[in-house]
Amino acid sequence: MDPRLPRMLKDAALTVLVAAALGIFIVGFRTVDVGSRTGLSFDYHFVDLGVALIVIFFGRLGLSLAATGLRWPAIALGIAMIAAGASPMKLPSGFLHWFVTLGGVLLVIRAIWPWADQAIVAAARTPTGRVIDQIGTRWLGWLLLGLAIVMPFTPFADQKTMDLGVLILTYVMLGWGLNIVVGLAGLLDLGYVAFYAVGAYTYALLSTQHGLGFWVVLPLAGMLAASFGVLLGFPVLRLRGDYLAIVTLGFGEIIRLVILNWFDLTNGPAGIGSIPGPTLFGAVFAETAPPGKQTVSEMLGIPFHGIHRLIFLYYIILLLALITNIFTQRMRRLPVGRAWEALREDETACKALGINPTNTKLTAFAVGAMFAGFAGSYFAAKQRFISPESFTFIESAIILAIVVLGGMGSQIGVVLAAVLLIGLPEWFRDLGNYRMLAFGIAMVLIMVFRPRGLIGHREPSIRLHPVAPHPVKSGGSG
Amino acid sequence: MGKRKRRTSKEQGTTEDMAYFTQQLINAITLGAIYGLIAIGYTMVYGIIGMINFAHGEVFMIGAFISLIGFVICSMLGIGSAPVAILLVLLIAMAFSAVYGWAIERAAYRPLRGSFRLAPLISAIGVSIALQNYVQLVQGARPKPGGQIVSGGFNLFSLDGFDVRISWLQIIIVLVTIVLMAGFTWLIAKTPLGRRQRACEQDMKMASLLGVDVDRTISFTFVLGAALAAVAGMLFLMYYGVIDFFIGFLAGIKAFTAAVLGGIGSLPGAMLGGLLIGLIEVFWAAYFSSEYKDVAAFAVLVLVLIFRPSGLLGKPEIEKV
Repeated sequence: MDPRLPRMLKDAALTVLVAAALGIFIVGFRTVDVGSRTGLSFDYHFVDLGVALIVIFFGRLGLSLAATGLRWPAIALGIAMIAAGASPMKLPSGFLHWFVTLGGVLLVIRAIWPWADQAIVAAARTPTGRVIDQIGTRWLGWLLLGLAIVMPFTPFADQKTMDLGVLILTYVMLGWGLNIVVGLAGLLDLGYVAFYAVGAYTYALLSTQHGLGFWVVLPLAGMLAASFGVLLGFPVLRLRGDYLAIVTLGFGEIIRLVILNWFDLTNGPAGIGSIPGPTLFGAVFAETAPPGKQTVSEMLGIPFHGIHRLIFLYYIILLLALITNIFTQRMRRLPVGRAWEALREDETACKALGINPTNTKLTAFAVGAMFAGFAGSYFAAKQRFISPESFTFIESAIILAIVVLGGMGSQIGVVLAAVLLIGLPEWFRDLGNYRMLAFGIAMVLIMVFRPRGLIGHREPSIRLHPVAPHPVKSGGSG
Repeated sequence: MGKRKRRTSKEQGTTEDMAYFTQQLINAITLGAIYGLIAIGYTMVYGIIGMINFAHGEVFMIGAFISLIGFVICSMLGIGSAPVAILLVLLIAMAFSAVYGWAIERAAYRPLRGSFRLAPLISAIGVSIALQNYVQLVQGARPKPGGQIVSGGFNLFSLDGFDVRISWLQIIIVLVTIVLMAGFTWLIAKTPLGRRQRACEQDMKMASLLGVDVDRTISFTFVLGAALAAVAGMLFLMYYGVIDFFIGFLAGIKAFTAAVLGGIGSLPGAMLGGLLIGLIEVFWAAYFSSEYKDVAAFAVLVLVLIFRPSGLLGKPEIEKV
């Protein structure tokens, strides 16, 4: 009997008490419409609550055990929880099975984490580890790029996978665009989706009402979004970080509400439909071409297939995303790019050195907005239908989460985070609302445990002395 | 949010315009009181740890849900008297929402003290998303009708056939707000708890050197803010009669605007800001267009931050290196 055990038990009991207070009303009584005049009645969920509290008790106990170094009991507890969750035992809801199992898995991970951490550090010190580390740092980006290029020609490339690829790449591009604002310049922008909406509506309106093509509108949309960025940024960029965040949030909501209510221009909540897709040298992706045009299959002399359009869309977004990335990498080496990063680190020092903070921030804001505009007009061309629903605050939050999870300022981190945050949940579509719940919790957990993101270590954009021949240990490149 | 009377035609006498104006003023003050109660939570937390507690609107929403459940339980237990039911639900909602405030701070913000500046804000956004979806999962996505707990009212006066009415509910809302504000001001100004709170707000390090338990004081701030937000939630439920899991987002942003407008960190400022936001929203809807009333509130936020970032009653912030 460990003398620390009573304290841990007490701690676990207190946690359960708090959890009970949190859950008793909101979880215990589920309000349901009964249709009568009095309105509501209850579904009682006390059994669910009770089971959840038991899980919380053992989970908390296990965490304390792991934290005090009693790893084996913690692991045993975790395995017991996994077994209980996976067993055919009848629990009141499927969610509880997941809850128990997932709790057990997390507990086991927490318990063996110190060992795993040690092992990784030790492995990285061995000569082979160093080589792998170096390859990872230097070649991971190229490897991913190669994979992305050949992906449509692999046998997995069916409709579903291609759709997912396009979706992930769209978020990668948005993430890279926002990374300029948040990661490099250190400005927290919670209304990024507003510029995305500007781009989308620019293309939707110009193409449906004036018959302009995708490739003509694309630069226009970018420019328009950038001017919106300047327009908004000019007055507000003097504000401090969190004020700026809220103003951008307010601005994002204003744009959405205007789109929602300006019926004559935007058709309000009904949205804009039948937006033409992008063309390849004037040829359209369709089975039969409209008069005066030819289809791509006619032009290339290949039989028509629906997936061609998807492959084309895939390469467009890949190209756009790469342009964003290369542009950012190049900007970082220019004086203005360096000024962004300097500004992020210390604004007062920058002022003292003669950098104009407002103008510098403004360029970052405008460039970020421009890429959102590109992505937006691509989005409109891909979906062929847009409505204000697609541009809510939650989109901004998702893009921000990608940047934050990736490790602010890290380009490769954004890719990994987009795959993780967009790709995984898409595969588990049937999780439904649990997705967003997990998403929110994940955001908190990342901030608590890995505030610097997946790729926490950022390569400096410039070194005073060239890199020494034996590489410094690093987790990833920028 | 339709609790206002429509104008029938453009050609109306000045007396009727006056009556219409007075009616809108009454509605605006009621709404402003609710915003003010939420705004206090923002302002206190910002004052003490300098973070925007983005999840505060969600605590308000949870407070409204607990109140809804409380009222249904009351009617099931056969508590017919409205004052008793309101008092009972008020206490329950305050107590249990306070636990939410405490738990959020403990789990999502306290581990981040000393992290980089934007970390708590990002964490707060995560909490906000999680809580919204949590309530949606356990309570369902459909709007919940709260029923009418207090009905009726009286005519204040009549001008040319236009009745200016005050409902009992509006009186209750304003009264509850005034009483709570008075109690709260007393708590901050006169009690040892309040003294510790003010000490931490001025200089956290010095306060801790002088024996103030900073962690506990910050928790106390969150608990107080959450309790007031819960009251606002209950009043909101009673006033509008319908709530859903998403009400916290808009109300939260508007209340934050109120806090900024009044001068963030200032308690009377929060109340004043709340009233002003209520006025702007109601009068914009009454005289211009109700579709753009939220745009008006956001525009005010942007304008205030640009032209007077320290708010009406706040002190300008000087950055020291």
